[in-house]
Amino acid sequence: MAQASEVAPVVAGSKPPRSLGSLYRSMELDTRLLGMLIALIVMWIGFDRLSGGLFLTSPNLWNLSVQSSAVAVMATGMVLIIVSRNIDLSVGSILGLTGYTMAMVQAVWIPTTLHLGWEQPYTFLVALVVGITLGALIGGFQGVIIAYIGVPSFIVTLGGLLVWRGLVFEIQQGQTISPIDKTFTIIGGGLPDGALGEVSWIVAALLCVGIVFMMWSSRRRSRTYGFPVRPLWSAILISVVGCAGVLAAVWVVTEGYAWPPLLAHKYAIEHHVAEPAGGLQIPVGLAVPVLILLVVALVMTLIATRRRFGRYVFAIGGNPEAAELAGINTRRTILGTYVIMGILCAISGAIQTARLGSGVTSLGTSDELSVIAAAVIGGTSFTGGIGTIPGAILGAVVMQTLRSGMLTLKVDSPIQDLVVGSVLVAAVAVNTVIGRRAK
Amino acid sequence: MSMETNQQPPLVLMRDMRVSFGGVHAVNDVTVDLRAGEVVGLVGGNGAGKSTLMRALSGAHPADGGQIFINGQPVIIPNPRAAKDYGIETIYQTLALADNVDAAANMFLGRELTTRVGSLDDAAMESATRKVIGRLNPNFKNFKTPVVSLSGGQRQSVAIARAVHFNAKILIMDEPTAALGPAETAQVRDLIKQLKSEGIGIFLISHDIHDVFDLADRISVMLHGKLVGTVNKQEVTTDEVLAMIIMGKLPTEVTQRDLASLHG
Ligand SMILES: Nc1ncnc2c1ncn2[C@@H]1O[C@H](COP(=O)(O)OP(=O)(O)OP(=O)(O)O)[C@@H](O)[C@H]1O
Ligand SMILES: [Mg+2]
Repeated sequence: MAQASEVAPVVAGSKPPRSLGSLYRSMELDTRLLGMLIALIVMWIGFDRLSGGLFLTSPNLWNLSVQSSAVAVMATGMVLIIVSRNIDLSVGSILGLTGYTMAMVQAVWIPTTLHLGWEQPYTFLVALVVGITLGALIGGFQGVIIAYIGVPSFIVTLGGLLVWRGLVFEIQQGQTISPIDKTFTIIGGGLPDGALGEVSWIVAALLCVGIVFMMWSSRRRSRTYGFPVRPLWSAILISVVGCAGVLAAVWVVTEGYAWPPLLAHKYAIEHHVAEPAGGLQIPVGLAVPVLILLVVALVMTLIATRRRFGRYVFAIGGNPEAAELAGINTRRTILGTYVIMGILCAISGAIQTARLGSGVTSLGTSDELSVIAAAVIGGTSFTGGIGTIPGAILGAVVMQTLRSGMLTLKVDSPIQDLVVGSVLVAAVAVNTVIGRRAK
Repeated sequence: MSMETNQQPPLVLMRDMRVSFGGVHAVNDVTVDLRAGEVVGLVGGNGAGKSTLMRALSGAHPADGGQIFINGQPVIIPNPRAAKDYGIETIYQTLALADNVDAAANMFLGRELTTRVGSLDDAAMESATRKVIGRLNPNFKNFKTPVVSLSGGQRQSVAIARAVHFNAKILIMDEPTAALGPAETAQVRDLIKQLKSEGIGIFLISHDIHDVFDLADRISVMLHGKLVGTVNKQEVTTDEVLAMIIMGKLPTEVTQRDLASLHG
């Protein structure tokens, strides 16, 4: 066959290339993502030095992971929205409305209005289902106006920003709603129940298996069709580094971080455990919000890269007319991105309400800025068609690192805004320059 | 094939087609037809309405008036998907590629191959793409890069590959070789001849009158949104077709002076 010669596969396990450049190329890494990872590590070390070792501590990193999760969950959805050349300014308000509604379900409607009592086994589930459904409906409503009526998304979601927040105050005269169902609070990651403890190692193992499986299956698929495959040594190196990263992160929050002494003492008494000298050491482990983020990240990455829907979102961003001419139902696709965004806002609303332990009207205020910033710092381009889910998650961690790092350094809040704003613009400037050079 | 004895309805008949943009009559009462295994060249100056007429057939911009028949059956083509369902594939003048994704993603856009669990089968799509494009343009190597970074000719190869891969019955080619080099143009000519021999009907829009004479069986000429006329290639000279394009005069109306003025 004629094409046999042009697709000569690179021999598996061939020797590592000589020059550093070709070595890097044969690893097939995402340069932008790698750059951000390096920038993040530099920031961590920087803040740690400046604060005299207060930043790179287990409790701080654990908090960072929880705080980043709430924003990162929404940022994954914002990627799809911005990639398809739209915007969503209403995410903070949708989060506020869904979060408040979930609080109402468990603190007012189920126990009082319906007289079903407190702390029912189904309470948290009903609250979640109601909240997520509401999020999907609100997203869908905005999506219909944007995709089918053709009102620019900026306008629709700017209206949504005001409307959904306004509605929060209409539900219960703006009161703070509490208490939150015990089971529901687990979603927020608060101790004692909101972290996985030793179970974190099972999550770590699953992640490692996942990394290795991904490397293996992509090599196998390429091989089946005779395409050039990633060299074996490079696949092994990436797997090893990836797994090491996962294990290190889990070690920090599990073995490196124990319950506070008071909580551990209470636990020991309640469970009749003998306390050793120096108190009981109970590992904290991954927080539930981080676990939720991992699941969301996996699902969203699959949607973005492995499903038709995701392919259409990117094609619409690259050339809306071409997408239309290819027979893609572009309107339904855009509508889909807003439904997903609404669902993710509700998930984030659940995390934040559970974390706070009550429903408040101000929940999520100005979150749209953090979410959009996270997506954009993560390499999502406003010209459309470009963006990645892992990038947006890293972007959320970068944003949160800046905030919490400056908090550790006791930087005033106006100065914090100044720095975050500058970093946002600088990051996009770097992206733009890299993007221009790549063309 | 001989037109006179053929009693079958044409593969495509577009009758009294009208398309206007605001007050501009881009296509004004145009009737053209196409038979299986036939190439109809559609020619005319810039802005004559050729692309607009064809966009009505490919569902890109439905017509304001007129009727379309496929194999004698009246059809309505409200969108590109409907056109594809009738076996109509189009190479658009603008190529209509999504710049940010690779050749395979473009080729299968809207018709992705999936695995049993419904996830995209990128490897299978890339494999098919390599085969089709390899036939058109053996030097094409950039299968993993977004098409924005390809040359104009390479992009055109992707658009052509997409149109021919899905077993079209009716093929619309709007200046398919505009950006191609001589070797690649020759490949496309061979491809057109081969598709024709397979019984596919082709509307070919081209500004290259020699290309049209080489490939087309009949030539339809448009001027200012109107059809000047349709002629059999065997019965006309290139000058007579040029006179139709420029002056809107049929070979029966044209004078020696007119023809001379073409070269003046
Ligand atoms: N989307 C549009 N909106 C408004 N006017 C249009 C549009 N598309 C085409 N036209 C007008 O319709 C007329 C015919 O355009 P068309 O593209 O069909 O010409 P053409 O024969 O394909 O020309 P060319 O050889 O330059 O490609 C032109 O006057 C053009 O300005
Ligand atoms: Mg044209």
